[in-house]
Amino acid sequence: MTAIGKVSLRDTVFQRGRSKERSKLLVFNHTVLLLLTAFAVIPLAVLLFNSLKTELDIGQNPLGPPRTIVIENFREAWEEGDFAITMRNSVIYVVATITAELVLGGLAAYALARKRPPGSDLLMLYFLVASTIPVWMYIVPLFVQMRMMKMLGTFHGLIIIYIAGNAPLTIFLLRSYMIDLPSELEDAARVDGANEFQVLTRIVLPLTKPGFLTVGLVVGLGVWNEYTLALTFIHDPNRFPVTTSFAKFVDRFDTNWALTSAGAIIILFPVMVLFLALQRQFIEGLAEGGIKT
Amino acid sequence: MAVLTQQKPTTVIEKLSDEIWRKKFLRNVIIPWVFIAPLLIIHIFVVAIPAVQGVYMSMTDWGGINPNVNFIGLDNYHELLFEDKSFGKSLNNNIVWMLFFLTVPFILALFCASMLAQIKRGGMLYRSILFIPYVLASVVTTTIWKNLLNPKDGIVAASARALGIEGFEVAFLGRTDTALMSIAFIDNWHFWGFLMILFLAAMQAIPPVLYDAAKIDGANRWQEFRHVTLPGIRPIVLFMFMMVAIWSFLAFDYIWLITQGGPGGASEVIATQLYKNAFQRFEAGYAAAQGVVISIFAGFIIMIFVMLRRRGWDI
Repeated sequence: MTAIGKVSLRDTVFQRGRSKERSKLLVFNHTVLLLLTAFAVIPLAVLLFNSLKTELDIGQNPLGPPRTIVIENFREAWEEGDFAITMRNSVIYVVATITAELVLGGLAAYALARKRPPGSDLLMLYFLVASTIPVWMYIVPLFVQMRMMKMLGTFHGLIIIYIAGNAPLTIFLLRSYMIDLPSELEDAARVDGANEFQVLTRIVLPLTKPGFLTVGLVVGLGVWNEYTLALTFIHDPNRFPVTTSFAKFVDRFDTNWALTSAGAIIILFPVMVLFLALQRQFIEGLAEGGIKT
Repeated sequence: MAVLTQQKPTTVIEKLSDEIWRKKFLRNVIIPWVFIAPLLIIHIFVVAIPAVQGVYMSMTDWGGINPNVNFIGLDNYHELLFEDKSFGKSLNNNIVWMLFFLTVPFILALFCASMLAQIKRGGMLYRSILFIPYVLASVVTTTIWKNLLNPKDGIVAASARALGIEGFEVAFLGRTDTALMSIAFIDNWHFWGFLMILFLAAMQAIPPVLYDAAKIDGANRWQEFRHVTLPGIRPIVLFMFMMVAIWSFLAFDYIWLITQGGPGGASEVIATQLYKNAFQRFEAGYAAAQGVVISIFAGFIIMIFVMLRRRGWDI
């Protein structure tokens, strides 16, 4: 960004004649970008407006801002949609998956990046191939296997599926962060008598925190938003995450836009707060994650 | 290890070196594999074993619940490819879906990223806002657009009415001729910002010297884009071409949440069909065969990509 900024700065200094043309072009750029921004934002604005309206108000004025703001929708959606239960469930799925993923993925990535035991290359190849296997290839046998092991419909059953699904991404990302560390620091710690576990927790972990934050965000967002696997493996409403529960809620209150909009806002609220607080990590993390898988 | 235990160290030095060797072996082989093992075991349990089982299951007539299983060889595949007309229709929908996603989001993202790359001030703000739809859950996105595309007073119908244009009060999601494309449009609303961010990052990594050189040569903006920007971002564009092509065969949640494949199979894709076969009709063997076919398509796309790279394409 700054690099390109410099070019146009130089333009204005050396090519005064063309500077007028430049600024005209940027007006065009901003126009296009504002239109696209509107395309992204208007649906969200309508959602927010509708969540604050009465049914009657939506009928008469489906797209504009609410005439009188009604908070009641949120209370009703919260209760009718069992959000107290499903929010708790989703938090369990997200926190458990992130924790396990970071601990187990951190250990594995450390071993692969810093120790390279015999067989490492083969293991990386395994994860590379595995990351291209579509979920549809194994979802049916996995379902049968989960049923056989009495893990169908349980929290830990879905959580280990999430852990496994995110494992290749976690290993690739964390390994790439760890591989760049200079080994002198670790060697110094070893000379001071640190064991492998201490080297990992005292030296490597603090230096690769951004990597862990990135993986945590990408995995957490993925699990919070996940629908297909939860639909397949969880059938007890008391263990539904917000997504599958909300999909049923929308079917039930199909025409009640005020209520379904309020429910949608409840689900996206925690994500938006985190996104606005950690934009850079989110955007760069998801971009990196998208390329690595 | 076996060799090691047979050796009986006699001297102090041998004993010591044996000790050191053990320690080294422990530190460089045993401990690293102990670190790797938990995640690897979970992954093998969830992905590798079921994937292999899937291949076997696809050659049986198993329903999924009763213990009655017969090995039927490639019969499922034969039925899938030559007899099941609905599979052909689904495959066709997947290909339409792929053509949509290989063009619309790419054009949108390339255009937007090249506009955004030239902006000095406010670029970060645009970037963040345009990325917001990508972090939304599919259940949220589909709820929003089911409302907006409502034929009575959704955004399209209402704004067309306000502008006095007729013919837009259509149940886009309920008609056989518009359902699939409307779902693709909705999925793309959520997806394209992600592509844009990837392309933008690649564009910003292009050395500005190249743009200077192009200007000195008197290149106009299109020529600049064509001869400097495009070659610079080619690797990521081609890579995402591959990924999007693969993802197109996996499409499920947006379609399931909006139409479940309807109306009348108009938006049915392989994955929705597989889901119904496995979990509603209890034809596990047949569903497994569909899963294998999806994977073969994915593998085929990767193979094309790898072959192009071997041929010396700079991907």
